[in-house]
Amino acid sequence: MKKTYLILLLSVLMVSVSYAQESAGGNKKLPSVTVKSLDGQAINTSELNNGGKPMIISFWALWCKPCINELTTIADVYDDWTTETGVKLVAVSIDDARSTAKVAPTVNAKGWDYQVLLDANGDFKRAMNVNMIPHTFLVNGNGEIVWQHTSFSEGSELELIEMVRKLNAGQPLQ
Amino acid sequence: MRKFYVAVCAVILSLSGMVSAQDLTQGKISGNLQLDAQVYRPDSAIGAFEVSERMLMNSFANIHYSLGSFNAGLRFESYLNPIQGFDKRYKGTGVPFWFASWEKESFAITVGHFYEQFGSGMALRSYEERNLGYDNAIKGARVIFRPYQGIVLKALIGNQRFFWESGPGIVRGIDGDFALNDIFKETTGLPRVTIGGSFVSKFEPSSQILVGENGDELLILPENVAAMSGRVNVNHKGFNVEGEYVYKYNDPSAVNNFIYKNGQSLLVQASYSTKGLGVILSGKVTDNMSFKSKRTEKGNVLDINYLPALTRQHAYTLSAMYPYATQPNGEFAIQSQVNYKIPKGSMLGGKYGIDIAVNFSRITELSRKPVNATTPIGEGGTLGYKTDFFKMSDSPYFQDFNIELQHKFNSDFKALVSWVNLKYNIDVIEGHTGDPMVNANILILDATYKFSKMNAVKGEFQHLSTKQDKGNWVQGMLEFTFAPTWFVTVVDQYNYGNDDKDRRFHFPTVAVGYTQNSNRLQIGYGKQREGIICVGGVCRNVPASNGLTITLTSSF
Repeated sequence: MKKTYLILLLSVLMVSVSYAQESAGGNKKLPSVTVKSLDGQAINTSELNNGGKPMIISFWALWCKPCINELTTIADVYDDWTTETGVKLVAVSIDDARSTAKVAPTVNAKGWDYQVLLDANGDFKRAMNVNMIPHTFLVNGNGEIVWQHTSFSEGSELELIEMVRKLNAGQPLQ
Repeated sequence: MRKFYVAVCAVILSLSGMVSAQDLTQGKISGNLQLDAQVYRPDSAIGAFEVSERMLMNSFANIHYSLGSFNAGLRFESYLNPIQGFDKRYKGTGVPFWFASWEKESFAITVGHFYEQFGSGMALRSYEERNLGYDNAIKGARVIFRPYQGIVLKALIGNQRFFWESGPGIVRGIDGDFALNDIFKETTGLPRVTIGGSFVSKFEPSSQILVGENGDELLILPENVAAMSGRVNVNHKGFNVEGEYVYKYNDPSAVNNFIYKNGQSLLVQASYSTKGLGVILSGKVTDNMSFKSKRTEKGNVLDINYLPALTRQHAYTLSAMYPYATQPNGEFAIQSQVNYKIPKGSMLGGKYGIDIAVNFSRITELSRKPVNATTPIGEGGTLGYKTDFFKMSDSPYFQDFNIELQHKFNSDFKALVSWVNLKYNIDVIEGHTGDPMVNANILILDATYKFSKMNAVKGEFQHLSTKQDKGNWVQGMLEFTFAPTWFVTVVDQYNYGNDDKDRRFHFPTVAVGYTQNSNRLQIGYGKQREGIICVGGVCRNVPASNGLTITLTSSF
């Protein structure tokens, strides 16, 4: 009996989805989740924006070496990226209560110019379907997720900025 | 159960009915998948025993549907059978997580399963750590009410996940968070102050627990156990000071040996940061704060709260070999960290600067005294012990002093060097009764060289020296990356310092990975040492293994 209801539930979802598949837009928008800024303010993730320009959202943590690698590598070229494309990077830390308080001192000491958010219980991470970090998203001026990538190795940032350039030029990203 | 399904279907159908077909096209589906499989070869020398299934597999998939402010989703999990190191009670396949949620004006409602954290989590934290098999999701209902700007009120009730079932206890909680600067206008220039508090209570029907010399004294157990907490956070210019205090009423359980002592925990953190410098100092005292929704449970399940370990999470295998896990029955912890960047362009810093991080943490037992002359400390059925809350005992559980320097020499070459000095009470932390304190020194060298625009090679050298436990270890790793798609890694861990010459094993592994946007496949082959994997302060033991490992992850 339980299985019947579960199948019924899933079919209702599928029916609703089949409408969604026909939509022209097809891109998921940023979900509405509450995270915190480094100075303790509550921020709603659906309100994250860059004034109509592209935005990069990167999930990281203090204990994730490739994540720190990615953000440090981009930090070295961030000024150039911003001047050329107007892009903004939002770095979302998934460090939990064990390390949340260490994020601000670490980030400020490194001199990162990103907007850093704290997602201590993983609510934003879950809503964005992130499994392994680093996981980086490219969001267009309408708050839609147009591209995503997981893991980082030296040179991956070149692919990322290329996607931002294509987005600005209106070219397809796949 | 049936009523719940009917209710959710009715909600979805009515919403679909209410909105026009045009609105439905705005609905979006997203999801993710992870699959971990291991094929085991018996290797009795390293302690990898025969696995009768030959291959074990963990997998999960999340499907998420969103339409405006309505969200629904489920997680499918399959453990056929659970990989080694995961609790065997996960065996099977099913849908242990599903939910529906919506927002309407000042209310946000979730029914089904959900995760939640009050403050720092010491009163209530329900979360998941899939790579550890940790999941204490609450199944019930939660309401978040925002009556006014800056005020967030939460109320929840439910049972907790227990593998494929629910735990016996009911958890109820309310939490209030008040951002004073948002409530009272005209606070520009003033510090940012947030205060909060919560009340959490569990109900578990009484059961037969016998204690005493002859095992014949029946305990009168509290069916309702409450915990209350208060917290404050002050942020101003570069300064941040935060504190949280939790008080828990008597909660005799298997973890604290059924004592009736109340529990408390105080966490205080203060930090200052500015461009190029960050300093933080933290202190935490915990006394008898295990809080589970099943009093006879001793494993990593059914925790209502979360006690953060105030230690640095090391990112390298050998420096993470002896990780600390919070002792819920009591500990006194302090930690301090300084992050400093020698500026770019300075004589010492070179073109890119040097990042320096110095960290120190020390955790000791609480100092305990007996309640009276005739009752030993910790005896079941009694008040347990007395403690001077703010007194560190001389008996250390853990001490870690580490320094890390990172420098980019030019656009093609960067390196990191780190030194860690550890004192690890392996008797208390891992239960190796009678074993001496492990004193270890660990040296890490990590360098990356880019030989072309998208291709690089990384080399790591790690060395751990100790006279206790298994003796010295050395580890070397070489990793070739072809961004953004491929990587190949070769690593060997060698226990060359083991006192027993016959147990000086090598643990070599080779791994290949392929990434295509948000899809990633990794295949590895080799030997894995028996040890501990920790994520976020919760650890699991991984037995030794030899064989093939496949990991697939995908998000859409």
